[in-house]
Amino acid sequence: MTAQSAISLQSVAKTYGDGRVLDGVSLQVKAREFLAIVGPSGSGKTTLLRLINRLSEPTSGVVQVEGEDVQTTDAVNLRRRIGYVFQGVGLFPHMTVAENIAITPRLLGWDAARIAARIDELIDLVRLDRGKHRERFPAQLSGGERQRVGVARALGAEPRIVLMDEPFGALDPLTRDALGDDYRRLHDELGLTTVMITHDMLEAVLLADRIAVIHGGRIVADGTPQALLHDGRDDYVRELMATPRRQAERLRNLMERPR
Amino acid sequence: MNRPFGEALARLPAYLGGHVAVSVAALLLGLAISLPLALLATRRPALRGALLGFASIVQTIPSLALLALFYPLLLGLAALCERMFGASFSALGFLPSVLALTLYSMLPVLRNTVTGLLGIDPAIHEAAQGVGMTRRQSLFMVELPLAMPVIMAGIRTAAIWVIGAATLSTPIGQTSLGNYIFTGLQTQNWVFVLFGCVAAAVFALLVDQLLALVESGLTHRKRGRVITGIVGLLLVVVAALAPSLSVARTTYTIGAKPFAEQYVLAALIEQRLRNAGLSASVREGLGSAVIFNALRAGEIDAYVDYSGTIWTNQMQRNDVKPRDEVLAEMSTWLARDGIKLVGGLGFENAYALAMPRAKAERLGVKSIADLVGRAPNLSIAGDYEFFGRPEWTAIKSAYGVNFREQRQMQPEFMYQAVARGEVDVIAGYTSDGRIAQHNLVVLEDPKHAIPPYDAVLLVAPQRANDAAFVSALQPLVDAIDVGMMRAANQRASGGASPTEAARDLSAEISRKSGRAR
Repeated sequence: MTAQSAISLQSVAKTYGDGRVLDGVSLQVKAREFLAIVGPSGSGKTTLLRLINRLSEPTSGVVQVEGEDVQTTDAVNLRRRIGYVFQGVGLFPHMTVAENIAITPRLLGWDAARIAARIDELIDLVRLDRGKHRERFPAQLSGGERQRVGVARALGAEPRIVLMDEPFGALDPLTRDALGDDYRRLHDELGLTTVMITHDMLEAVLLADRIAVIHGGRIVADGTPQALLHDGRDDYVRELMATPRRQAERLRNLMERPR
Repeated sequence: MNRPFGEALARLPAYLGGHVAVSVAALLLGLAISLPLALLATRRPALRGALLGFASIVQTIPSLALLALFYPLLLGLAALCERMFGASFSALGFLPSVLALTLYSMLPVLRNTVTGLLGIDPAIHEAAQGVGMTRRQSLFMVELPLAMPVIMAGIRTAAIWVIGAATLSTPIGQTSLGNYIFTGLQTQNWVFVLFGCVAAAVFALLVDQLLALVESGLTHRKRGRVITGIVGLLLVVVAALAPSLSVARTTYTIGAKPFAEQYVLAALIEQRLRNAGLSASVREGLGSAVIFNALRAGEIDAYVDYSGTIWTNQMQRNDVKPRDEVLAEMSTWLARDGIKLVGGLGFENAYALAMPRAKAERLGVKSIADLVGRAPNLSIAGDYEFFGRPEWTAIKSAYGVNFREQRQMQPEFMYQAVARGEVDVIAGYTSDGRIAQHNLVVLEDPKHAIPPYDAVLLVAPQRANDAAFVSALQPLVDAIDVGMMRAANQRASGGASPTEAARDLSAEISRKSGRAR
């Protein structure tokens, strides 16, 4: 393990009853890196993410966050310093936008003035409107707005690490693209370390510095988008990369064809 | 119509106060127990099954029986306390009512709280954990607020059940709006019955609507509504309790069983004591088994019982003896507990088999013995106690009668049923005004299977040497003959209030003693 690893998994396995969900996974995420984990449903990607902030415990192996073994750190404190964007958003329906964003700072005992300032800052950061959205309830927002609040909530307590579980999956393509770009900008500006799960290879290729492909509980490929696009060793990886490549080629053909 | 209404209204402060006190105490205690239990049970499936099962079983026990069961239980407990600590508590009225109603309130609160908490989307649970909440924070910041509407619905159901069932606490000595209903049923005072029902319903609706206001305030986060609702609830409780607190505590309490004659006699005794300058009040509607123990424990100071009841129920005697011997033996037996037998009032109120005169003549029935061959074609009705009492066993074994059918009824309906021919024979009461009213004939008892039932005035141990008290009661001894009692009973079950019937009876007593002098 290198000194600058923000997250490190070493030979991690996870079984539920008879089923082996993760089978000897080792993975390093450097500080400030944007890692996308791509894989089909049931490949173990959500389980892998949950192991990092101890929403789940590994059956064997070691998980380290910023050099500390998570097994020996307090799970609640660990979760408070790691941002988490949930699949399907997971906003608290009985709390306003401001209250949702403020939740982790409140749990950490920040004073009211600091929390209020942080709420406004984050609403701006995720490009929502303070006057319009601050006191609304999640049910009164559009899908895209809700996901922006989800990101703002994850960033609430100024975490250095953010975990995202298919954050943009349920959105229309335009919103999804805008949000993806906005998040990538935040990642760079704030110097975050991000692990994002997606089943959409194109999204991974466009946003991430590095992509890990998980299949059947194992990591079958791990590299930069360029490297994976040209890696022909694993059938599944080839198949995955074929789609964005084909889409890109069609698009290029369409754009080059004279009118 | 106006007079009974006025009288009902005059009793409202005391009855409503008692009702509110007992139902609010039961609800608060029920919530204090059920809510934490539900929280524990939500995370433990085994405990959840056991708790909800227990609460459901409690719910299947008829509320009247549940209330009645707590009285002997507490009586035993009180005796134990007395022996161990030298101090005891009252097993009558408030305490057993609160405990039984508390049990009764548990099911809706438990079930709705558990359902509400289990119904929360697992994704929300996970989000609460993911943002760094401890289990406790997740419960109080997320789960409980989200389950609130369902929990409040359970609390509202419990409130309505408890307020309704509290009317049944009257027979175990707790004053409640049920006093209207029990008294009204016994004295055919339908204004009272209706008044009690409507008062209980209005109170229940008021509480329900105020709780609804609190609920809507919590759900929509309108602090104003929550405060209005809670202040409203407090106001209702205080408004209901305040007048009853100012109802003066009296020195002497007179007990009455739940039937017209007892109401009249209790009112008569109360009037006597007041005229003698003593303060007295009536605790009415006490069950037959409850009232004797209440006297022995000193929870009431005096009441009228019947020698046959004491003889069979308390002394557990099955033999039949002449009146004088029964009275003498009973007096000695009562004295062992310190209870003073002031004396007989001068009339008997025995159980007696009775049937319509026309039918008796047609069948040629004059005595119980004449029923022997005919009983298999006849039906008999008795009050709720009769068929479980030794008298019934004695009648059956002495005469060998077996009826085609036996039915239990509220005494009032029993008389009407026999008069209309729905049943053939009833086990009525000799001093009952309704015997004459419905033109019934009392069947003779040549084998003396039914023991004598002299009305006797009993005084609690702690008042046995209270000269002022006993001497105020003394003039009632041998002062009332069965004709006078029947007339008073007929008045009391024909629309007049027990107080009025007692006043007339008192005047009659004075007239009679004047004549005798």
